[in-house]
Amino acid sequence: MIEAAGEDALLIRFGDAIDSVLPAQIADLCQRIEALELPWLVDLVPSYTTLLVIYDPITINVLDAKARLRPLLAETPSADQTKAETTESRLIELPVYYSEETGPDLAWIAEQKGLSVQQVIDRHTADTYQVYAIGFAPGFGFMGQVDPSIACPRKDTPRTKVPAGSVGIANQQTAVYPKASPGGWQLIGRCPTVLFDEENLSLLKAGDQVRFVSISRDEYLAQGGQL
Amino acid sequence: MRHGLRVITPGIKATIQDLGRKGIRHHGLARGGVLDLRSAAWANKLLDNDRNAACVEIVLGGFRAEALSACEVSVTGAQADVTVNGKAVDMWRSLQLAPGDELAIGHARHHRLIYLAVRGGFETKEWFGSRSVVVREGLEGCMPLQPEDELPAGSVDTSLGAPRIARPQAWQWLERPPVLGLIPGYQYNQFLTADLRRLVTTEYKVSDESDRMGYRLAGTPMADPPPGIVSEGIVPGAVQVPGDGQPIALLADCQTIGGYPKPGVITSMDCGLLAQQLPGTSVRFEWTDVLSAQNQRRLFERHYHQTVWSEDSLSLSWR
Repeated sequence: MIEAAGEDALLIRFGDAIDSVLPAQIADLCQRIEALELPWLVDLVPSYTTLLVIYDPITINVLDAKARLRPLLAETPSADQTKAETTESRLIELPVYYSEETGPDLAWIAEQKGLSVQQVIDRHTADTYQVYAIGFAPGFGFMGQVDPSIACPRKDTPRTKVPAGSVGIANQQTAVYPKASPGGWQLIGRCPTVLFDEENLSLLKAGDQVRFVSISRDEYLAQGGQL
Repeated sequence: MRHGLRVITPGIKATIQDLGRKGIRHHGLARGGVLDLRSAAWANKLLDNDRNAACVEIVLGGFRAEALSACEVSVTGAQADVTVNGKAVDMWRSLQLAPGDELAIGHARHHRLIYLAVRGGFETKEWFGSRSVVVREGLEGCMPLQPEDELPAGSVDTSLGAPRIARPQAWQWLERPPVLGLIPGYQYNQFLTADLRRLVTTEYKVSDESDRMGYRLAGTPMADPPPGIVSEGIVPGAVQVPGDGQPIALLADCQTIGGYPKPGVITSMDCGLLAQQLPGTSVRFEWTDVLSAQNQRRLFERHYHQTVWSEDSLSLSWR
């Protein structure tokens, strides 16, 4: 379904509820749109269940833009096809130093959920996460789904400063803060990988898959991590 | 010889803006760009600049700069007292500065934003192909103007000749009561009919919590806005309605995805009309449609590109 979102964007909806099969389908549509090299295309913003197509309304009007994109939607592959054919979906491993010094909320989550701290870490690293969207800040990737046994809501009072690289949980989502910023997610560790820089922009893309790997304090520092 | 201006004081806040970044929003970077398309375009048009030439967007005024070289500038936007070396000059016209001349822009009356352009455009640092500054992203060097900042101007072969003077049509739209065209979209169908009627019959006051990310509006709250949605891409101009039923109009530096329901998007031209309103001013919405908005924008752009100044520099005519 494709609708105008103001005078310079079209919103394409894939579904109403978060579904881990959708990011790959949406990423696939992005690739097919990019392959057309449309001169009036300005940006593509995938997010969970939607794709926002931002275009130049000086060059093309809404009716022609919709007409140009509609055939591509008809071609959208089914979930099975996408899993088989999508080779572009990347698996990225992010190292994380889980500890009390880097994850001030780790102990609280463990207590809330009746687990040991090590169990919380094990469950966070056990799953492969889907990157649903990049937003909130440059390079900030919303990932899911977090195991319900460690899923906790955001903090009632956000922190005014979350250190760069902090790994957080908010309900069934997990993410890494690329830069220091205010933030309300529950913090469980810190990742030394650069998630955003001016040259390479965002490391993560919607549609990627991510696994977290537990590393030691020494390894964290050796990889450029700050404490 | 350095060509351009040196900032003496930026006033409350001043940033370099062009028309914003393209192709980078999926990285979580904001579009940025001038908030008031019309005033900024006129500032450049008066100097025959490229459409995307960077200018200074000044909030509320109090800006002073020294010319480092002979250069031509223009000041548009909210009405303010402008002087060169203490002598009063008009806005909405090109001005010739000699090396060492001091340009002073006083406090804005009635509206919020003033634009200063230089012939050749300001050639300051680029991020992702744009000179627009989005302060909240914290990129290195991407900051509001500070005293002593040098603003280099692009060099241009010929001078303008006779000073260009815009006719009142250039700013009359700013003096009208602010009615913002709203294009229905996004979660329009999820709002109660009564709440959609409230949206276009309420006088909303612009609150103090208004900045380049968005303007918070206060009025009779909606009775029952829809619940939060799965986050989706949002554009500048989108109007969000959180649980308290008070609309937030997103602007150039807004986040790229969001989870509040939206009844629609303000037209690109009217985003500038909103951005020009001082806190405490009342605005209203009225429904429009996407094709009308696109036509309005297209005519505006065509006017920029396809009109030329007359020989006496007092009028524009189509090529």
